[in-house]
Order: sequence, then C-alpha cells, then structure tokens
Amino acid sequence: MIKLDLHKKLYGADGLIQLQVKTDIQKNELVTLYGPSGAGKTSIIRMIAGLMKPDLGSILVNEETWFDSQQKIHLRTQERPIGMVFQEYSLFPNMTVFGNLKFALPRDASEDIIEEMLDTIGLQNLRDKKTNWLSGGQKQRVGLARALVRKPSILLLDEPLSSLDTNMRVKLQDDILNFHKKYGLTTILVSHDFHEVQKMSDRVLLIENGKIESEGKVGEVFKETWK
Amino acid sequence: MMDYGPFILSLQLALVTTILLFLLGVPLAYWLAFNPRKYKIFLEAIVALPLVLPPTVLGFYLLLAFSPENGLGAWLERNFDLRLVFTFEGLVLASVFYSLPFMIQPLQSGFRSVPYYLVEAAYSLGKSRWTTLRKVILPNMSAAILSACILTFAHTIGEFGVVLMVGGNIPGITQVVSISIYDEVEAMNYGLANHYALILLVFSFLILSFVYFFNYQQRKNIRIL
Repeated sequence: MIKLDLHKKLYGADGLIQLQVKTDIQKNELVTLYGPSGAGKTSIIRMIAGLMKPDLGSILVNEETWFDSQQKIHLRTQERPIGMVFQEYSLFPNMTVFGNLKFALPRDASEDIIEEMLDTIGLQNLRDKKTNWLSGGQKQRVGLARALVRKPSILLLDEPLSSLDTNMRVKLQDDILNFHKKYGLTTILVSHDFHEVQKMSDRVLLIENGKIESEGKVGEVFKETWK
Repeated sequence: MMDYGPFILSLQLALVTTILLFLLGVPLAYWLAFNPRKYKIFLEAIVALPLVLPPTVLGFYLLLAFSPENGLGAWLERNFDLRLVFTFEGLVLASVFYSLPFMIQPLQSGFRSVPYYLVEAAYSLGKSRWTTLRKVILPNMSAAILSACILTFAHTIGEFGVVLMVGGNIPGITQVVSISIYDEVEAMNYGLANHYALILLVFSFLILSFVYFFNYQQRKNIRIL
C-alpha cells in the first residue's frame, strides 16, 4: 500500500499553487490522476519517483518510508523500486531497442525477461534498430517494456499516451492493463483523456489546483462533478 | 634543413594536454552544466580567462609561480624534484591552463544539450550517476566531445606566447613548431619558416574541416530522422 501525504509550493503558468494531497493507494490498484494542466498531477508522480522533493509530508510504501520531512528521510530515485514511463519518449538514442531494455536489467539478472517483454510488445523484429527509427507508438511500447524489465512493484505513467493517435493509444492502453494484471502492479497513471480514465481506472483522483477535489470509482467521481 | 623534432614535440604536447584536459574537463564541465549555484559563474569566468588574456600575461604569472625561487616552484622542487620552468612538464601544465576553455566550453554545451529527461529515465531504472554519465550522457554528446578534443589539440599545436614564456626555446625539450617558425624568421631563413608555417596551416585547416564535416553529418542525420 502507498500512503501519500504531500505538501509543496508549485510555481506554474497561472502563478503559485499550494499542492496538498493526502490519500492511500491499495496494492494492485490502478489509480488515475485526472485534472486540468498545471493542477499538480505530474508533480505528484515525480514526488513518488523521488525526482521532486516535497516541502513537507511523507511517502510510505509497504511500510517503508521513502520520504519523511520530519525524520529527514528522502530516498534517491535509484533506491525506489519503481518503473516510470515519461510523456517524452525518453529512450536512449545511442542504444538499440534491445540495448534500452538491457540497460534497465539489474546486474546478474537473466536476459529472459527482455525476450519476454519483446515478445509481449511485439517488437522482436525491431530489436536491433536504434530507437530514432521507431514510430511514436513503438517508442512508448519500448518505454513501457523498459520500465518493467527490473520488475518494479509500482508503475508510474506520466501521460505516456498523450502524443499518440487514437488507434495506437487504445493498443497501448491494452498493453498497460495487460502488464498491470500480469505482474500484479500498483499503477498510477496521469491522464488528460476522460475516455482513457474511464477505461483504465480502478479509482480516479480528480486533481484541481493542487488538491484532490474528488476521489472514487469513475462513475462516482464524475457523477458528482457534473451534477 | 627541415628538422621534424619541433613537430614531434608539438604533437606530444598536444596529445598529453588533450588527454589531461579531457580527464579534468568532464567532471568540471558536468559540474558547471548541472550545478544551480550562482557562485559557479566565477569559476566559469576563470575558465574563460585564457580566451581574452594575452598569452604572455598567463605565461608571465605561470613563470613566476613555477620559478624555483618562489613558493610553489620551490615546494615542488623540494618535495617532488619537479621543475616546471623550461621543461616539458611545465609546458604541459601551462598548456592545460591555456587550453582550458577550448575543452570545457564545448563539453559544457554538450552536457546541456542532452535532454534531462534521459538522465531522469536512467535514475528511474536504478542507475547511479556514474553509470548514467558513462552510458547515457557521454555517448549522446559525442559531437561535443570530438569538437572539444580536436579544438584543444589544434589550439595547443598553435600555442606560442605561453610556451615561450614558460618553456623558452630549448631544442628537443621545449622548442615546439610555432617557436621554430619564429626562430627561423629571426635567423632570416624565410624558406624554412615557410615550410614549417605551411605545414601548420594545412594541418589546422584539415582539422577544422574535419570538425565541421562531422558536425554537418550529425545535423544531417538528425534531419533525416
């Protein structure tokens, strides 16, 4: 279980917002963070990943403290067993598809997981291609597979599908759901797309101005919002 | 008759300087590129000083510092039996100072050109800063590394003022090719001076052409993709 209590001053295009988020995320849950741009969704994901430090609060994951402002604990990103897919195609252009996946493999781990991933995402035929030659959808598939090579328990997805066309977006959504179930992941997805949220979420957090305006099942949250 | 000794000495000096500056330049440029602290601007200014200072100014102060009659020079000689005035080692150290911006500035631009999300992606995969530097950052700034090394090498080959101040003009020890040209002109051997100068001119032109060609190829590849 992930217990979040996050406080941070954020400076965005619309000025200062005070992010204050307190929630629990259950094991194997797929939670989406939905809301307008600049509401603080990406910042929440980045704080969980350790790429941004909250001003105050705590992050507890399965009883382990990843961050605690009072105890002055802040685990580095490298020490947090996460998989993360970014909005930008963050593949390493100096490596091939296989190279990107191999880079993620912990030392002494078997390469079988790479083969399994390449089979699952259907990119065996492109394994020796440099990533600049891939289409947007193929790149994000590799990004997703790469994030899972080290078998993380938590998958963080920061609007990974926002720049893809509808067909590719639907395929990637299926891939994510498939991986989420297959590996028993706890997944947090940032999304702007209502249909995506509807399709993917076990639970949705509606974020506005750095606060959770509403949370629950999709039907509950949006019924309340659009009343 | 043409003596190739000064050419060999110049090449040795340029090679050693480039290797040392690369080893020093990577951590320094990394720190300058990614450190948000304001006081780094003073270090940036120090690194850029050789671009604007007359070489003789730098050479003069290095000569004073290295002199066995002064503190640092005396200390080096007493403790390490190392003399830096009028020696090859002194030339190397002077060249490292003088070519500092030619290595640091392209490397610093190279570090800044690598998208930071690639670094964050490597961290999110559990990779240390060192692994990220070696396997992600440096390979994705290869054009900047090549430019930095070649410009440093070429600039060291062309040094004159600093070399003359710190190393003097000792054949086989500190007489590099640029000083040989000066020497031959002083002795009215214009033909020989012309030979030396022409070789240096062609060499410098070829090196710069290679850098520009490589950068052009890189840009072309990026456009195709």
